[in-house]
Amino acid sequence: MRRHPGLFLSLIVIVAIAAVFFVYPKGIGAKLEPWKLGLDLVGGSHLVYQIDLSNVSSTDQSSVIAGLRDVIEKRVNLFGVSEPDIYTAQSGNQAQLIVELAGVKNLSDAINEIGQTPLLQFEEVQTVGSSTQYIQTNLTGEYITGAQLSFNPTTNAAEVSISFNKDGAQIFQEMTAANVGKPLAIFLDGQMIEAPVVQEEITGGKAVISGNFTVATAQTLVGRFNAGALPAPITLVTQQTISPTLGTDSLKKVAFAGLVGTLLVMLFMLCYYRLFGLFAALALTIYIALTLGVFKLIPITLSLAGLAGFILTIGMAVDANVLIFERIKEELKRGLPRASAIEEGFRRAWPSIRDSNTSTIITAVILYFFTSSFVRGFALTLLIGTLISLFSAITTTRLFLRLFIKDKKDKTA
Amino acid sequence: MYNIVGHKKIWFTLSIILVGAALISIAVFGFQESAEFKGGTLWEFSVPGQNLSSADVQAEFVNNLHILDAQTNYDPTNQSFLVRFGTVNETAHQADLTALTAAWPSFTELSFQSISPSVGASVLDNAIIAIILVLIGISLYIAFAFRKASRPISSWKYGWITLLTLFHDVSIPAGMLALLGHFNNVQIDSNFIVALLVVMGFSVHDTIVVFDRIRENLLNQRGKVPFPTIINNSVNQTLARSINTSLTLILVLLALYFVGPADLQYFVLTLLVGVTTGIYSSIFIASPALVVVSPKEEN
Repeated sequence: MRRHPGLFLSLIVIVAIAAVFFVYPKGIGAKLEPWKLGLDLVGGSHLVYQIDLSNVSSTDQSSVIAGLRDVIEKRVNLFGVSEPDIYTAQSGNQAQLIVELAGVKNLSDAINEIGQTPLLQFEEVQTVGSSTQYIQTNLTGEYITGAQLSFNPTTNAAEVSISFNKDGAQIFQEMTAANVGKPLAIFLDGQMIEAPVVQEEITGGKAVISGNFTVATAQTLVGRFNAGALPAPITLVTQQTISPTLGTDSLKKVAFAGLVGTLLVMLFMLCYYRLFGLFAALALTIYIALTLGVFKLIPITLSLAGLAGFILTIGMAVDANVLIFERIKEELKRGLPRASAIEEGFRRAWPSIRDSNTSTIITAVILYFFTSSFVRGFALTLLIGTLISLFSAITTTRLFLRLFIKDKKDKTA
Repeated sequence: MYNIVGHKKIWFTLSIILVGAALISIAVFGFQESAEFKGGTLWEFSVPGQNLSSADVQAEFVNNLHILDAQTNYDPTNQSFLVRFGTVNETAHQADLTALTAAWPSFTELSFQSISPSVGASVLDNAIIAIILVLIGISLYIAFAFRKASRPISSWKYGWITLLTLFHDVSIPAGMLALLGHFNNVQIDSNFIVALLVVMGFSVHDTIVVFDRIRENLLNQRGKVPFPTIINNSVNQTLARSINTSLTLILVLLALYFVGPADLQYFVLTLLVGVTTGIYSSIFIASPALVVVSPKEEN
């Protein structure tokens, strides 16, 4: 880089220009990939359900949680939510299911629907002519004690085994006896999940469903059985809803504040450090383009807190420049020629830049691991911003200075 | 050249008064915890064209919706009402929504959050753990980073002083929030915790810049120049950069405070006060404190 500052700088500038097109919310960038914005900026609901696992044995817990998540996702999809975000968090006997919905119109319907305990039903299948009819039976999820993934001892293929309780075993035996050679449909929330054909009358309350399962598909089925079978009621413990009007308003204001803040910082750098300040302002522009590009590429869902974190890094990104420029001034005062003063300034300012940024990185990492979703967005943007700002303030600014500031002696030589 | 180290008693007294006042206001008033921490409901809405006062809204909630613990505030920036009460389920929320729309046809819900107390408590616990970890993490890093500067002051003392200035920089904005909570009903939420953590991360920035210069000057000048003079020179040499690095952040914060979204107002205010306190402590507290903890023969 020392030999070809122009080449490297051109490369950075080209990448930055590409990033500008990529992040601009209209045109090519929007076609390639739209921005992912948090609920607090587009409006929507953040729902936290507590899953009561007190009646579920510890071996079944993860299967029940995965099954519930799957069931809830199916329900949410019925509401036509674009990209719902559904995830679970577990600690001890308490598990939480978090549902994030953007832009749902009938929220109270959605909340009621999501909160229902899943319903598992076995139905007999009758074929009359070309039409298929399903006949409800008494066998429901409450007669099932659990489902497990198992492997066929001879073929080693993945299977799903279901266990019934005593009453369930009785009903199931009667049902299989009456339906040998015919399929038995299993419905979860009114949707058929499987229709295995009964091979023989099954006694003893243990059934095995075999089929062309992969381990993953068998596991999904086990989860659905468990969600419909085991008593793990869910209750809504937290609801946060933000209207689209408030969200859009926040987005506009925070973007405007970011612009004003950036201009103020640039103006300050120009007034105080003159030509050096101009390079810092250019490096800052490149920093903003690159960082937004990285946010979109990962992609990070930007929340209000996340954008605030990013705007703070704009104020911090020039810190390294301030430290370097002050150091260069000192070296110039000591009588060093300009080019050497610049190199010396960068070298000597490095320890304090490293140490001060490390403390920000420590803060961001701890914030990320010990907080919940809203704060996490802030921690992540702060962390990524700090890392890119190190590159911007040190590499980009240094290339600018090497390219445009030379000793007068060098030119005549 | 300013004689900063020489007047250290003035700076220490000023800080003791400020930190003392902050701690007293926290002890006496405590914090107004938001629904996020203690559970409860926060409902924000606007009723355009009705010219309602917050007393009207309060009366509607208490008399007609029978929500006796309702507390109403008016937010002039968003022209919206904020009503806080205990946790309610979705059915009750919908019933209240219907009743309010019947009373005021232009009723517009802006946001609604209802959080159960158990969730709130765990958020607060995690926040406290995060604060303690940041304090320990940064102090240990400073002790490590300054391990070569162990004469005449052990690097652990740099770590302890950093911890002290962090406490100083965090307690003053926290005290301000306790005061605002008591007099203006401002509540603390997770944004407040984040603000305190960022103040810590940032306050230490400036302190490191000064300590770094002290470390460098000690290596070159120890034995030739008296220790307090080395410290005072170092503070003066880094004065411009200590102020300028924070000033750029303050400019951004001012933009966020004046033209940014109302939701971030107190978050930004906490940061503004904390960062300003951070400039003060890195210049007037951290470095003079090094002189105080240095062995007598060095002075």
